[in-house]
Amino acid sequence: MRLRIRFSKHGKVRFTSHLDVARIWERALRRAELPVAYSEGFSPRPRLSFGLALSTGHESNEEYLDVELDPERQLEADLESLPEALSACLPVGMTATGVVVIDRQSPSLQQAVTSCTWQIDVEPVDLEVANAAVTQALAAEQIVVTRERKGKEVTDDLRPLVLALTVDQPLEDGVRLIAELGTQPRSLRVSELLSALQPPLVELRVVRLHQWISNDVGERFDPMSVAPAAAEPVGVS
Amino acid sequence: MQSGDKYGGGGSLWPRLEPLLPQVQKPARYIGCEDGMQVPEHGPAIVSWLLTYPDTYEIGLPNQGLQILYEILNERSDAAAERSYAPWTDLEALMRRDRLPLFSVDTHRAAGEFDILAFNLSAELTYTNLVNCIDLAGVPIHSASRCDADPLVGVGGHCTYNPEPIADFVDFVVLGDGEEVVGEITDVVREWKRAGKNSGTREGLLRELSKVPGVYVPSMYEVDYDGPALAEVRPRYADVPAQVEKRTVADLAEWPYPKRQLVPLTEVVHDRLAVEVFRGCTRGCRFCQAGMITRPVRERPAEQVSSMIQQGLRRTGYDEVSLTSLSTADFSGIEQVISDTVSDTGVGQVSVALPSLRVDAFTVGIAAQVQRARRTGLTFAPEAGTWRMRQVINKLISDDDLFGAVDSAYSQGWRRMKLYFLTGLPTETDEDTLGIAELGRRCVEIGREYHRSPAVTVSVGGFVPKPFTPFQWFGQNTEPELRRKIELLKNDLRGTKGVQLKWHDSRASLAEGITSRGDRRLGAVIEYVWRHGGTFQEWSEHFSVDLWLEAMAANGLEVEWYVYRHRTQDEVLPWDHLSAGLHKDFLWQDWRDALEELGLEDCRWTPCYDCGACTGYGIEHVVASATPPAGGSQGTGKSASLTGSVPVLLQPRQSVEVGQP
Repeated sequence: MRLRIRFSKHGKVRFTSHLDVARIWERALRRAELPVAYSEGFSPRPRLSFGLALSTGHESNEEYLDVELDPERQLEADLESLPEALSACLPVGMTATGVVVIDRQSPSLQQAVTSCTWQIDVEPVDLEVANAAVTQALAAEQIVVTRERKGKEVTDDLRPLVLALTVDQPLEDGVRLIAELGTQPRSLRVSELLSALQPPLVELRVVRLHQWISNDVGERFDPMSVAPAAAEPVGVS
Repeated sequence: MQSGDKYGGGGSLWPRLEPLLPQVQKPARYIGCEDGMQVPEHGPAIVSWLLTYPDTYEIGLPNQGLQILYEILNERSDAAAERSYAPWTDLEALMRRDRLPLFSVDTHRAAGEFDILAFNLSAELTYTNLVNCIDLAGVPIHSASRCDADPLVGVGGHCTYNPEPIADFVDFVVLGDGEEVVGEITDVVREWKRAGKNSGTREGLLRELSKVPGVYVPSMYEVDYDGPALAEVRPRYADVPAQVEKRTVADLAEWPYPKRQLVPLTEVVHDRLAVEVFRGCTRGCRFCQAGMITRPVRERPAEQVSSMIQQGLRRTGYDEVSLTSLSTADFSGIEQVISDTVSDTGVGQVSVALPSLRVDAFTVGIAAQVQRARRTGLTFAPEAGTWRMRQVINKLISDDDLFGAVDSAYSQGWRRMKLYFLTGLPTETDEDTLGIAELGRRCVEIGREYHRSPAVTVSVGGFVPKPFTPFQWFGQNTEPELRRKIELLKNDLRGTKGVQLKWHDSRASLAEGITSRGDRRLGAVIEYVWRHGGTFQEWSEHFSVDLWLEAMAANGLEVEWYVYRHRTQDEVLPWDHLSAGLHKDFLWQDWRDALEELGLEDCRWTPCYDCGACTGYGIEHVVASATPPAGGSQGTGKSASLTGSVPVLLQPRQSVEVGQP
């Protein structure tokens, strides 16, 4: 059986890295006594598969991981109470918000997720400047950046990965943008987007609001709803 | 005056720290939030301790001593303990720019608001970080410059058996086990705080503290010099003890700490559950300060160890537990604990780490039993390359013990082995040094019988003599001499397949030597190195031997005098007014025995040598079994099959002149 777990990450724990979060989950699942399957071989590892990495320092309402359970062992906890039981084993600031059973054949989170919605607070600029930067980016046919990858200069067009971008509201100490950024064939990072704008904006606080799975005809799904029809999302919303 | 006025008046520094964290490496070092973290209440009737490890979070967090005291203090209604670690240089620069002081990771309270800044000192090269942390706290670095509103600066840990080099910077020093004495210090400071910390009363407080057994207050002592030599260290008042004895807890069973080991959110060294199985060691390795100063042996009951492991694994979610002590295979209850742990199926696959393996096949058998899950590598510490050398240092492991252990390990599936050695030991000849390479080669040969490409890492450190050991009189090898010996090994092992040589920087051994046996005049040297940017001296990217040499020269001090010179029997040593329980004449006799190449058996299973550690404190070794554990020669140097019938004291050879000045 494979479980998909959704969790949030807020506050001080946002300064933990993707790798830290993986270790935190390994310990939490053992503490919750979930019958996690282990890999074979010399150095058995729990069979967990994490979704897209969240940059250290960013917060998130919706992070995901898939957990393979050991078919020989019984899952004793019921799915409805599982988010609460898991949250009790997580540090303050990380909360499990839902668990569903997913098809073992379903593609991994890294393959399946096609875009993420971000709330991006940036350092104060005139609202007009922010609006102009956004309008200009959306109007551009291409947003070409060069970056170094494995020692080589690579040229990328970011424009196809900017699926939506709006100036949401001015804040007391900055401006809030909302963006939907594509993750295929690669993830567009918030920092890349901000430095590609004219003028470049400086991030203050970033929250991943949603992750999405789109199909060929442009329908968007929540990663929790790709489960077989029988399995409904459970847990707190 | 309340300390809060000067240091910020309460409240969390988090809002000021938070915007800096995206700009630094590994920001999770600074957030706290560990499972096991406490948020204690502060107040006028509560003595607040900031327990600080003066190195990075990754190194400091797992420190067991600090975690034990954190819990014991927070269990008291009149004490509050939080933790702090040295910020890495990137954050330090931002903190200094923004005038943000050192903070606790628990509630991000300013360090200066605590009553006591208590540092764990496990390595001499952290001394400049100690000074830096005091300065970052906004507290005057010199004890003499502090006023009543300033926190007290206290230190404990193995380095504090010679606290003289840092005497200028600290208000009090704790010798030995801290479990009981932190409460007694709390009592004294609480009364002072209750009386209002009135102006001019700090001296009286320090004098009171100096009367607490195990507490040394450097400012209560006058030091006289006779040229470069130390003439006398004497108390300034009649009620200040002439000699300060270390503290020793008699029964570990009464102290089942940590009960809630801190589980960090980010990776640290030793990222696993740790359960201390015994304290103290009587193997009697003459180079080993830890073994000498922590005597007598006090074992934790096996049932308590097992239950601490079981509860600890369930609470933390760790899948690995380390059984800590100075020689875990010597623990009487080792087999029971391992069988309890391995048969506890409720916690899934658990690995047991044995951080201090004894060199024999029995030990490898235990390791094989407990490391079923992850069999990565085994580490042994023969410490010296020849049997002669090992008799000098009293590490009585025969070549056969080592080869038996290595054979056993390779035959049971291990492919990688790590061997630890010291070079620069008393009486060491080039033959002894090259014996290290020879042992490495022999181990690889044994491995070839089982695997195609066995690997042995030979790790060599330069020996630094330490206080309260028989080698405290020995003149450390010069830096060029240590370097020559490393070169000798490098040349000898060039092109040898399967043996990888690693060595410790001989310049770092020199800096460690300067601080390990120095007197109070070293304070100016440490301050000089710190003022010239020399923090994080344990880190090769920051270490600078030139700074240390410059600092010595600037203060008119000779490296030759402090490091390379052999001490004489009648010399006043800078730590003579302190006591680790060991009789000085026992240590001197053991030093003479070393030069005669005489081994000394473990006194757990032989008559007492009257080193002083048990008799002085009225404490017996607490060992569950009166017979030595099974297997090997057990560090006696005797053949395994003849245990009990061959005298361990071998015939002395002619006297050997020690080292080279």
